[in-house]
Amino acid sequence: MKTRFIASLLLTTALTVAAAGHASADDKVVKIGSLSDQSGLYADLGGPGSTLAAQMAIEDSGLTGKGWKIDLISGDHQNKPDVGANLARQWIDVDKVDAIVDVPNSGVALAVNNVVKEKNSIMLNSGAGTSDLTNAQCTPNTIHWTYDTYTLAHGTGSALAKAGGDTWFFLTADYAFGAAIERDTTAAVEAAGGKVLGGVKHPLNTSDFSSFLLQAQASKAKVIGLANAGGDSTNAIKQAAEFGISSGGQKLAALLLFITDVHSLGLNTAQGLSFTETFYWDTNDQTRAFSKRFQERMKNHSMPTMVHAGVYASLLHYFKTLEALGGNPHDGAKVVAKMKELPTDDPLFGKGSIEPNGRTIHPAYLFEVKKPAESKGPWDYYKLVATIPANEAFTPLDKSTCPLLKK
Amino acid sequence: MQALYAQLLVGLINGSFYALLSLGLAVIFGMLNIINFAHGALYMMGAFCAYFLLNLGGLGYWWALIIAPIIVGIFGMILERTLLKWLTGLDHLYGLLLTFGIALIVQGIFQNYFGSSGLPYAIPDELKGGTNLGFMFLPIYRGWVVIFSLVVCIATWFLIEKTRLGAYLRAATENPTLVRAFGINVPRMITLTYGLGVGLAALAGVLSAPINQVRPLMGADLIIVVFAVVVIGGMGSIMGSILTGFALGVIEGLTKYFYPEASNTVVFVLMVLVLLVKPTGLTGRAT
Repeated sequence: MKTRFIASLLLTTALTVAAAGHASADDKVVKIGSLSDQSGLYADLGGPGSTLAAQMAIEDSGLTGKGWKIDLISGDHQNKPDVGANLARQWIDVDKVDAIVDVPNSGVALAVNNVVKEKNSIMLNSGAGTSDLTNAQCTPNTIHWTYDTYTLAHGTGSALAKAGGDTWFFLTADYAFGAAIERDTTAAVEAAGGKVLGGVKHPLNTSDFSSFLLQAQASKAKVIGLANAGGDSTNAIKQAAEFGISSGGQKLAALLLFITDVHSLGLNTAQGLSFTETFYWDTNDQTRAFSKRFQERMKNHSMPTMVHAGVYASLLHYFKTLEALGGNPHDGAKVVAKMKELPTDDPLFGKGSIEPNGRTIHPAYLFEVKKPAESKGPWDYYKLVATIPANEAFTPLDKSTCPLLKK
Repeated sequence: MQALYAQLLVGLINGSFYALLSLGLAVIFGMLNIINFAHGALYMMGAFCAYFLLNLGGLGYWWALIIAPIIVGIFGMILERTLLKWLTGLDHLYGLLLTFGIALIVQGIFQNYFGSSGLPYAIPDELKGGTNLGFMFLPIYRGWVVIFSLVVCIATWFLIEKTRLGAYLRAATENPTLVRAFGINVPRMITLTYGLGVGLAALAGVLSAPINQVRPLMGADLIIVVFAVVVIGGMGSIMGSILTGFALGVIEGLTKYFYPEASNTVVFVLMVLVLLVKPTGLTGRAT
């Protein structure tokens, strides 16, 4: 009886040791999940391109050559917050995903934000706009890269208001992003001495904007602010031209526009639009080199959007942090804390840093779409109007309402 | 008040698309008894066809209006001959599943090659610009869409309800065996009917190309509303679907003005109400 007891004790110990040994061998295994809209109105600005950008970041990090095993999976949230949250939960619980990247659509991003915090995982958000992610809704597990509604509002909103566009009317997509960008732009416009005359909320993914455009026209506001994105923006811009909005003296402000939108509109329709972005492929040698590699591997041969660039850059920084930590990447909050400690430096956004509220700061740019005659060919679309320095492009820390800051 | 006129007119424009699409669906349902869920995908193919004709063949909008419906119509007839014809006499569910599957495949293929944000297609030079009606700025192209689709709708109605060919068609739906006994090739007639319905969808696609982006999912977004239109109008009723198409466009336009947040649900609320009161649709006959 006693020998049996000792034998079983030994066996248990052996098993425990084996299990522990197994865990330490697993230390350098990471799984990335690219969660995006894979087929809807945001699929071109994020979607498969974000998965490709993540793949390129894994390859360029060089970690696989140093004994790390990095897996990448992708999923479609269909622009539905419940679908996104469930997928994130399943990824973290069952598939053991360590970091979720991209997540465009502010509604979905806020839902995933909660799941990631609850499970102590990581979200490196590049696609969503809402500045709430680093304000009231900030968590120790989320980092927001690329842009937010504050950037767009202060870039485009202030610039247009200062250039004489002092009365505004909003066409707002009726969900989290639309509400956030309208709120932030209103603040920026009013700070610059302008006034908001009104607005109309349209359902997400609207194909016909004529009713809304007529209301905007009737408001007689000098600027019509498009508080929407992707396919909604392109449809609104195209139909605004049809209804003679700009020939009637009103100016369109595309508050969020991506290079894929401009490509889809064509320069004839898009020329002259000004808007804010944080990445353009043709900025310097490094962005050109990355974009060329990206374009060659992209199925529809499109150039990377700033969202794709953000996925790439945020993952590079994540991998750099993992290397600095030396292993055990599964404690989300710990990794994110280390990411905030290290300065960011990547070929696409340059040098920058991550604020304690999870906001990555880097410069932003005010661009204008070229006239067809100025463009040398496909994808040569932007003219740089102004550079917004990193410290002005994002919510100042003393104005951030992030609870993490009030310690 | 002026704003209201403008919204009514804009609603009428959208109604033209609903009418053209629901007409095609009604024709197909009425004659083939198939709920054609591929209609949205075929509408999208019409728009893409116009894009290809312009960019690969150098043929502009006016050619596209004629050629695109023919090309897509032929595609539809091939579908009917190879796939749909095997479903004759089976439950509606089979036709629904098959056509829905076809729609997913077609949309998936286009999305794979062209992404989701779409391709530009310009308004033809002859229809550029607009006129000021006093209460609104009416783009000439939109006016053209309303008039053209009205003409097409009435012509189709006339063809089916008032001509000898239409009479054969209607007879063939009632009793195919008897009509065959009179020496009429019923299967061929059915194929042509499906081609006609599909051609109408493609025509609507060409009409919408200059207004919307030419996108792989342009049809998927629209088709659900169009089905609601058909249900409200009464399945298979030609005139019913035309009138409901225009009427619902107007109602939707008014909703966009008075309570924009509800503009993409109002059609379905109406559908529920109509089904509660009159399950066969507004103009449908009890069977």
